[in-house]
This record gives sequence, C-alpha cells and structure tokens, in this order.
Amino acid sequence: MTVSLQIRGGTKVYPGTKALKGVDFDLHLGAVNVLVGENGAGKSTMMKVIAGVEQLTDGQVLIDGQPVQLNGPDDARRYGIGIVFQELNLFPNLTVAENIFMGRECTRAGIDINRGEQRARTRALMARLEQDIHPDTLLGDLRVGQQQIVEIAKSLARDARILILDEPTSALSATEVEILFRVIGDLRRQGVGIVYISHRLEELLRIGDHITVLRDGRITGARSMQGVDLDWIVRAMIGEASKDYAKATDHPFGNEVFRAEDICLSRPGGMAVDHVSLSLRAGEILGVYGLMGAGRSEFLECVIGRHRHATGRLFVEGRPLTARSISGRIAQGIALIPEDRKNDGLVQILSIRENMTLSSLGQVTTAGIHMNLGAERRRVGDFVKRLVVKIASMDNPVSSLSGGNQQKVVIGKALMTRPKVLLMDEPSRGIDIGAKAEVFRTMRDLAAQGLGIVFVTSDLEELMALSDRIIVMSNGRVTGRFERHDATETALVAASAKGHSLREPAA
Amino acid sequence: MSAIASTARPAPQTTQMLLVVLKARTFIALILVFAFFAFAAPNFLSTANMVIMSKHVALNAFLAIGMTFVIISGGIDLSVGSIVGLCGMVAGYLILNGIDIGLGWTMQYNTIEICLIVMVVGIAIGAVNGMLITKLNVAPFIATLGTLYVCRGAAMLFSDGRTFPNLSGNVEYGSDTFRLIGAGTWAGVPITIWMLIAVAVLAAYIAGRTPLGRYIYAVGGNERGAALSGVKVNRIKLFVYMFSGLCAALVGLIISSQLVAAHPATGQSFELNAIAAAVLGGTSMSGGRGRIGGTIVGAFVIGVLSDGLVMMGVSSFWQTVIKGLVIIAAVVVDQAQQKLQARVALQAEAGA
Repeated sequence: MTVSLQIRGGTKVYPGTKALKGVDFDLHLGAVNVLVGENGAGKSTMMKVIAGVEQLTDGQVLIDGQPVQLNGPDDARRYGIGIVFQELNLFPNLTVAENIFMGRECTRAGIDINRGEQRARTRALMARLEQDIHPDTLLGDLRVGQQQIVEIAKSLARDARILILDEPTSALSATEVEILFRVIGDLRRQGVGIVYISHRLEELLRIGDHITVLRDGRITGARSMQGVDLDWIVRAMIGEASKDYAKATDHPFGNEVFRAEDICLSRPGGMAVDHVSLSLRAGEILGVYGLMGAGRSEFLECVIGRHRHATGRLFVEGRPLTARSISGRIAQGIALIPEDRKNDGLVQILSIRENMTLSSLGQVTTAGIHMNLGAERRRVGDFVKRLVVKIASMDNPVSSLSGGNQQKVVIGKALMTRPKVLLMDEPSRGIDIGAKAEVFRTMRDLAAQGLGIVFVTSDLEELMALSDRIIVMSNGRVTGRFERHDATETALVAASAKGHSLREPAA
Repeated sequence: MSAIASTARPAPQTTQMLLVVLKARTFIALILVFAFFAFAAPNFLSTANMVIMSKHVALNAFLAIGMTFVIISGGIDLSVGSIVGLCGMVAGYLILNGIDIGLGWTMQYNTIEICLIVMVVGIAIGAVNGMLITKLNVAPFIATLGTLYVCRGAAMLFSDGRTFPNLSGNVEYGSDTFRLIGAGTWAGVPITIWMLIAVAVLAAYIAGRTPLGRYIYAVGGNERGAALSGVKVNRIKLFVYMFSGLCAALVGLIISSQLVAAHPATGQSFELNAIAAAVLGGTSMSGGRGRIGGTIVGAFVIGVLSDGLVMMGVSSFWQTVIKGLVIIAAVVVDQAQQKLQARVALQAEAGA
C-alpha cells in the first residue's frame, strides 16, 4: 500500500485555540484510514486542511512526496480529493442529478446543460450505490440518510482518488450502513484512499485498515489496524492520566427536583425521543451520553418546550409542569443551555449585558414596563464576577468574546432565571481546555448549591468525571442507566451503540 | 502581551474619535445640509419656512418611527402608505356621513371619537399584518405588500375614487375641531409637532427602557435564540406591526386635517420614504439594530434636503437622484462604522 498524502508538522491556530499541534499524518491509498478522537480533538480541522477548506498555520501538506499549497476546495479537487462533510452541503431545492453535477455540469458547448447525460450518469451512480433514487427527485424530499448517499455519489462522480467521510453513518439506517460499507470496500479495491471518521468504534474496528487517534490536537496513536481493540482506542483517545476535572465536593442530594415520564417526540419516519423517563434530585448531576442523533438534544428541547407536539409528563419538585410555552417553563424553574451557542444560545448582535438578562428582564422591571438599567448593570456585574467571565466592558457585543466566555454568558443568562433544573447541552463544545475546567467547576458549585443538572455530552471523560449518575441514549430510547461507580467506558459505548449496531448485541 | 497593549494604546484614541464621528454621521450630515441651505436658499431660515418644513418632516417621521421598530424586529412594513390613505378616507367619511345604523338613524361623532376610531382601524390593519406573518408564516414583505393593495383598493372603494372635500366638520356634532390637528398650534408650535414629540418620546422609551423594546431587538438579532430565551416572539412581532399601523393612522388623520379633505391616493410611496429615513438613521435592514433618535434625524435629513432643493429651484428629477445617492452613501458609511466598531470591541475583549 502506498502513502499518497502526508501532513508534516501541521499546526492550525484559530483565534483563542490551537486546533492542531504539529501533527504528522499519513493517508494510505487503497485502504480505509480511520480517524478517531473526541469532539474538539482536531479531526475535522485536519480534514478541512486536506480538503483545502482551511490552511495550515504552520507545517506542510505533501501529495506523492511533493509539497502542495491547497488554497481552496478547488485546489484539493484538482488533486482528486473529495470530502463528505458531517453537515451536508446540498441544495434541497434542486434535483438529485443537479446536485451531483453542481458546478461541473455536463454541457453541450459549455452553455446548454445536457440533462439526459446527467440523468444517465446519476442513474449509473445510484446503481453502483444500490440506491433506488430517481435522478429527478428533489433532494429535499429525500431522507437524511439518502441525502448522505447523494453526497457520496457527488464525490464519486468526480473520480476522487482520496475520499474523506466525516461521520457518514450518523444519519444512516443499518441497511444503508451495510451498503455504504460495500461501496467503501469497492473503492478500496479500486485504489481509492478513504479517510473514515466516526465515533462508532465498532464500525472502525470492522472496516479500518489504518487507525489514527487524535487528542487535543496531537496524534496519540497511529498504526495498522491489526491487533487494535476497543481498549486500545479508548486509552489513546482519553489518555493514561485523566485530566483534572476532579469531583471537588461530595454533598448529600436533596429531594427529587425533576421528573420526566414517557417523553415522546415523533419525527418523519420514527421517533426522535421514544418514551424517555428519568428523575433528578436536587444537587445531582445527571450525565446523558449517546451518539449524535441519539435524541439527547431533542429530549432537552422537549423539556424546555420547544416542540409543541411532544407528549409525556414533566414534574418540577413534584408539581406537574403545566406551562406549554418556553417562557412559562422558564418561569417554573427550567433553564436550557443550548448546544448551538451561536444560533440558539446568544443574540450575537446584542451586548453582553443585553444577552445575559434576556431571560430574566422581569426581575429588573417595575410594573412590567419600566426597566431599571442601573439594577440590570449591577446584576450583570454580579454574575460576571461570580462566573469569572473575562470582559472589558459589558456593553461590547457578545460576539467579541472567546467561546469559553460566551458560554459563561449563556450560563449566566440561564442562572439569572433562578432555575431549579439546569439543562446543559454539550456545555464544553468549542471551548478550550482552561475554559472547560472552569465551566465544570461552575457546574459542580451549582450542584453543591442544590441545583439539579442534566447535561448532555459526547465526551466519555467529561461524562465520567462530572456525572453522579449516567443515562445512555440511542435511537431516541434510554439504553442504559448507570451509577457513577459502576459505569465503565466499554459498557457506556456498548449501550450507546444499541439499535445502531450492525449485529444487534445480545444484551 | 502588556508590551503590545502599551504600544497599541495611543491608536485606539484616534479610532475612538473616528468612531464617535461615524456614529454621529447622520447628525453631522443634518447640520451640514442645514448650513448649506441657510446660505444657498433665501428665506430658508425664516420662521414660516421652519414651520412648513417641520410639518413635512413630521409626516415622514411618524411612519419612520413605526417602520424602525418593524425593521429592528427583522421585518418590513410596506403597507403604511396605504394605511395612511385608508385612514384619511375613514376620517373623511365619518365627518361627512357618520355611520348609518339603519332605521333612518345615523351616528355622528366628535373629533376625539373620530380620532380613536381611525387609530383603531390603523392598529387593526397592523394586527392583520402581524397575524399573517406570525400565524400563517407569510414573509413580511409579501404579507404587507398584500395589505398595501387591499388598503389602497379599499380607500378607493370608500368614495369610488373621489375626494371627500370640505372636512371642516360640524359644530353640532363636535367635529369642527378636526381641523386643529393639522392647523392648530400650542405655545407657538404646531399640534402636529407636539404629537410627533409625544410619539417619539414614547417610542424611544419603549426601545430603551422596557422589556418589550429589548425583546424587539432580540427577535431581530436572533429569532431562535430569543425564543429559546423565553421571549414570546409572535407577540413581539404582532406589536411592531400594530404600532406601525397606529403611526400610519396618525399620519392619515393629520393629512386629512391639514388639507381639510381626504383623497384616496394619499400616501402613495410614503413607505419608501419611511424606510429611507430609518436606514439613514442607522437602522440595519437585517434586524437587531437601530435607534429612534437616529431615525428622526434621518427623517429630518431627507425632509430638509427635499424642501431646501425645492427652494433652490432644483428640478424634482434631480432631487430624486440626490436623495438616492444620500441613502446609498449613508449605508456605505454605516458598513464602515460596523466594521470599525467590531474591531474595537474585539481588541478591547482580547485585552481583557
């Protein structure tokens, strides 16, 4: 097997964080190169560098031994590099064939699009992928899994020599995964170099030829797949010495503060949240683990009231949660810290102060009309101090802050509503290690003060370090419940793969 | 880090100055335009001219205030010009005919009642806009374009396209005071201007000191984020369109009172002037940003510019061209200010 693409000493610096720290990566042709690591370990950044979307701050990319400059996706495409991103880059308003040939249409004399040929070639591609998708179907009418297939077909149509698949199976059904694996096998035999990124370790073990493990922007393991087992991967991902998120206080738990019974949320073709029940005591931190698309975020959104058609019963301190609207639920003691800070958590154009008080303006308002701006500033100043938010002025736009400080503003906003239950969706996403530790310390302190916390994470280490109890979700269902002391990483991973796994596990 | 900060410190001083100038640009523009016409146009500074000009400006300023809220919330209201026309016709109809309640009886109204009814009509049309946008998910541009046509047509239907003349009212019914809205003065200042001051102060208070105002900015800045923070997004949107409808109704009343007549074509293309004033005053068309004070200054720039050019004898064709250029220039400068402001904030926070 030949090495066709290499990264040597690759370093990538973003404002505020170092995503890659001098990585050396080899991509083998005619093989499946799997890439694992926790969220924020630098996998996606590295792939974006290879695809020309991002450029290295330092270090170089070599193709066939020659240093190359990939200044954009077009450059990468010229070298035969194709990438299927985790977030699909397709046009729902166009047909499948139009999507596949976007930007490189088959034309007569460079002007007139040859629809017939595009259709025929799309049909051939779909036959190769064993998919019964008509070329003239509108992409928006397809299921997400099928859309993923179209995205793969798009790369195939370009005769990619290197194909990067970033979590391609997160939205696929078991049969679609089987087909994808067969296609990957074909491509490998044809000499295509495949990079396969996934959180599903079983999948990696099954199809990988070479494995590379990333942690905090460094490569912590790179070898041939022979002799690799789950334990080795988990060790390389998490490291021998655990980072210090140590449980600072061991306080007794209070009474039950929150209970959810039979929460269901339907989505086209199934259930996003399927009869989820859980209970939470005051001062307890409940970790919810699962793969992407397991229904964890959707569950939290059901609790906060974002989905009007969700069913089930919710109780706060034993009293049923009667409000249907988000504002009503906030008033009854629920607060959510959303996963997507930029689009859901903050109003980027407003100031730090205005963002922080947005959920709790009532507390500084007289007669529902007159805001006391002085009291507002004092409250914000108070929370800025308590949460150690580093800001120059509370009147600067929130978008000028680093990720970690933005997250603290979101936490401040939630805490200002005086919640009894705090829902945190991936609270450490996109923030650096130092800020992470501070966010976790804040979570511990809040729990010690009697707040009940439900937090969703994809990071095993975080989960084990912070949770008093752990719930694992898969395919919208709860597939595992653990006490902290008897949870093992292997058991958690196994539970998170239930209903996804190719061979349904016996347990 | 500290070395960088100390060498970089003098630079922000000049940037800060530049930022202040940029922020006050509309006001500076107003002063320049004013000074220019004071020299170039005879009689420009006479009291009579000031009164006439302020009345012209006031009409646009009312609409622009309502429009500012709508645009800050991320929407647009194209129907205000038509609401002006329709509300004028409603006022005219009530003064001339009253409401026939059958059996040969007719209800007649005094000035205050007429004003209240017309204001309710304006608010109701705004509520229809808001309902279309929030409940039926129609894009604001389309929803208000629809009500633009409907209201204009309705105004025509009122009188078969004719003007309601001679709206001097009737002493017996107490509607003879209707003329005072447009023609009366108090303490030497036209009633219209007092009304504008009242509406402007109210709007500025709402924008700056009430949760409602804060929510309008939040909805325009990030609707999803605002909703997840517990903001009742639909109510906020409903409010801004109703407020805009109210402002348009006031303009309808004022114009029909000033002219002592109501013509169904009144208010055509007023919505564009209102949008121009808001944008000139620094309101962002993508929502989340804008100030009432800025909008009023913007309305004055447009009003002073057109009246001044008329007095100088510049052809109305050139006036239109100049107005367009001023708006484009304002937006270009606004972009520069935003970039600079973002950079200054980033620097400040990087040093924190």
